[in-house]
Amino acid sequence: MNTTLETPTDTLSANEPEWLSTLRNEGKAQFDILPAPTARDERWRFASVGKLSIAGFAPASAPTADKLAELVKRSNLVSERAGQLVYADDTQAQFEGISEALAAKGVIYLPVLEAIEQHPELMQKYFLQESTELGSEKYFGLHAQLVKAGSILYVPKGVEIEQPFVNYYWTSSEKAAVFPHTLIIAEENAKASVVDIFFSETEDNQALNVSVSNIHAASGANIFRKVVQDWNEKTVSFQLDTTVADRDTLVKNLAVNIGAERARFENQTRIEGPGADVKMYSLTVAEESQEFDQRTFQTHNAGNAVSDLLYKNALLDKARTIFSGLIKVAEGAQQTDAYQTNRNLLLDPTAEANALPGLEILANDVKCSHGATTGNVDAEELFYMMQRGIAKRDAMKLMVFGFFEEVIEKVDSDELADNLRELIRKKFESKIH
Amino acid sequence: MSDTDIQDEAINVDTEKGNFKYPENYEFDAGVGLNEDTVKYISKVKKEAPWILDFRLKALEIFSKKPMPTKWADQDLDNIKFDEIRYYLSKGQQPARSWDDVPDDVKETFERLGIPEQERKFLAGVEAQFDSEASYSRMKEDLEKEGVIFVGSSEGLEKYPEIFKPYFGKVIPTSDNKFSALNSATFSGGSFIYVPKGVKLKQPLQAYFRINAENFGQFERTLIIADEDSEITYMEGCTAPKFETATLHSAVVELVALKNAKIQYITVQNWSSNVFNLVTKRGMADEGAEVKWIDCNIGSRLTMKYPGVVLKGKGARGEVLSIALANDGQHQDTGAKMMHLADNTTSNIISKSISIGEGRSTYRGQVHMPKHLKNCKNNTECDALLINTNSRTDTYPAITTRGENNTVQHEASVSKVSAEQIFYMMQRGLSEGEAMSLAVNGFVNELMKAFPMEYSVELKRLIDMEMEGSVG
Repeated sequence: MNTTLETPTDTLSANEPEWLSTLRNEGKAQFDILPAPTARDERWRFASVGKLSIAGFAPASAPTADKLAELVKRSNLVSERAGQLVYADDTQAQFEGISEALAAKGVIYLPVLEAIEQHPELMQKYFLQESTELGSEKYFGLHAQLVKAGSILYVPKGVEIEQPFVNYYWTSSEKAAVFPHTLIIAEENAKASVVDIFFSETEDNQALNVSVSNIHAASGANIFRKVVQDWNEKTVSFQLDTTVADRDTLVKNLAVNIGAERARFENQTRIEGPGADVKMYSLTVAEESQEFDQRTFQTHNAGNAVSDLLYKNALLDKARTIFSGLIKVAEGAQQTDAYQTNRNLLLDPTAEANALPGLEILANDVKCSHGATTGNVDAEELFYMMQRGIAKRDAMKLMVFGFFEEVIEKVDSDELADNLRELIRKKFESKIH
Repeated sequence: MSDTDIQDEAINVDTEKGNFKYPENYEFDAGVGLNEDTVKYISKVKKEAPWILDFRLKALEIFSKKPMPTKWADQDLDNIKFDEIRYYLSKGQQPARSWDDVPDDVKETFERLGIPEQERKFLAGVEAQFDSEASYSRMKEDLEKEGVIFVGSSEGLEKYPEIFKPYFGKVIPTSDNKFSALNSATFSGGSFIYVPKGVKLKQPLQAYFRINAENFGQFERTLIIADEDSEITYMEGCTAPKFETATLHSAVVELVALKNAKIQYITVQNWSSNVFNLVTKRGMADEGAEVKWIDCNIGSRLTMKYPGVVLKGKGARGEVLSIALANDGQHQDTGAKMMHLADNTTSNIISKSISIGEGRSTYRGQVHMPKHLKNCKNNTECDALLINTNSRTDTYPAITTRGENNTVQHEASVSKVSAEQIFYMMQRGLSEGEAMSLAVNGFVNELMKAFPMEYSVELKRLIDMEMEGSVG
């Protein structure tokens, strides 16, 4: 393929409705016009923007049928599920639709292109309508222009689905660019959960990911989204996630970040109704020269709501992490409870953790706090365990897993939690010494 | 100088705008606006050595090249009109005005704080010289015996270049920021202090005691050098409002604490509410040394001030304790910077802010452990109290950590005075306003203990006054 991101092949717009072509054109314009991020931009402070190159990446052609079958086989993190979608280089490899019972209740779970065909009104209302405002607007434009892979979940009023919907996104070809999309629309008192999993076929295939996720939770809805990001360490990744939470909603976002060479993760939560309760959890294992750049934004536009954020990072080698979070309480949003905690565990002296926890409070009757700590494994705790005959290496391992467990235990599926522990173990067990 | 002498027919005061008109043909008039000639003129009047003029001119060039930091800072900065500012006023051309020109609210504050008559006039800018000669000369004698040098910036550079020149502009380079460059180009006044080895000053030195016509200028420059094993406490400002007609105040304060020395620098900033207060303060702490900033911001329209400590030597300690009070129309944008550059260094930041009415207080902090250091510690606590529904507070810390066995912890909280507390106190017969004042004083009480006693007493009274009318 000779195409690049600047001049992609024009295969998408042939049969698409006009509103979508317009969105795509606007996205292209946004990508073309907006400048690349610079270190002078406060929203990119501490990030190694110089190394953030997207040159040479392009949407890949479809992998062979054998390859698709092989990757579907490897998509095995969650066995009990309500539906599953597997993509490889943005080509659909598997679609396991919902049961007839759920379909009868009006639930929609479809690949993004099918949803555009079958439910144009719904898609026109929600698709690509929310974007993070944390510095990656340029890349959101690129996503809007090129997105063709992703899952759409619509849960009607009062419908509760216990089992999760599971979506896998693989990269395979060299220099492939992928644009996974997640759209979750939960009507009043609906309940659902989604797991998005990002994997690379090999340790070496270079890839670019620009994914977008939008959650729309109507009054009383209950949504739990889990994201497992385990790209190989040759991948440049942007994850631009938003949540809009209405009255009395319960929304949980949980992210496990293991892979990528450079991962920019933006998470924006907008609380629009009283009684909402939004949780954001994240766990990151950073090694070698990996850089994880996490920007979060909790906006409380309505009072009497709660948001709580916990981001934990463990760092090895020369890895870097940046956590930049902001809580904004709008004027009049009284009785807000908003919390933000960032914990960094430095396991090597060459690793670097940056924390920028911010607050902007425009209402007085609020409880808001943030805390950021950075430190090494507690020497006393280590000594205590070694006193009791546990080898230093094992003691370290125990403490690091203990550090992560706070986030992992929030995953309400034993199978997935175990699989996550295994992924983490694989990544850095050999590293602890 | 008596009041009547100062009252000159040609002086036309408009306190509303803080905008003065000066009579023409003064002997030393640097004119309005800033260019090379202004800087050359200041240097000439001060009869400075050529290297100082070069220093100033270079600074001017940097100042004109640097953009305003409005990308992250308050947009209100754009309202500073650099072309309309007078950059130098020598003796005899201080903004002379009469007691009648001082706004009533400032007068009333003096009255209620119990500021002595003579001091009131000085603080109101009516009298340039505050009559403290007697105590000042007594103190001067004592200091001289110990070998302490306590002079103005010009005198320091002229008479003791071998002491001050090596550190002048080294802790805060001219190009540090736009306003440090502005100060470097136009500085006059301020204090240059040298404390010899092993000398431990028991009494705090006060800017108060060596006030001369140019001392409390707009662009004062202070450099304090504490030689090995010495100790000094320096106090500037005072709790009563300093009525200032100049709208821009931009100081540079450099502290140098050599091996095992201790410097404590106490500021109570209470400019009148038309002043842009943009100050750069930084200390350098050598091995085993300690630099402590106690910073209290009550006045001004916009204050941007982030006292910092460069922890250069092993075992150095840095501390910033600050209280900010932002009332209607005020933005207190304050914070702290701690640069850890050696092993076993520790730093502590405690910041308390109170926003009243539409006041806005901001904490901006930086803690940096960039190298492969061992056993460094930082503790940061920021607490904000919001009094009214439309009060505002922001917190923007930035923390970078690397190395072995380093610990950094940052905590911030935002709260209001709890309704239960107020109810409890009102039950016992206090009015709502009194209860609120008591609660606010309780909020800052712990930090207040770090202040010298006479300051904390006045501060408490001042907080009471600021709280008035904010409830209900």
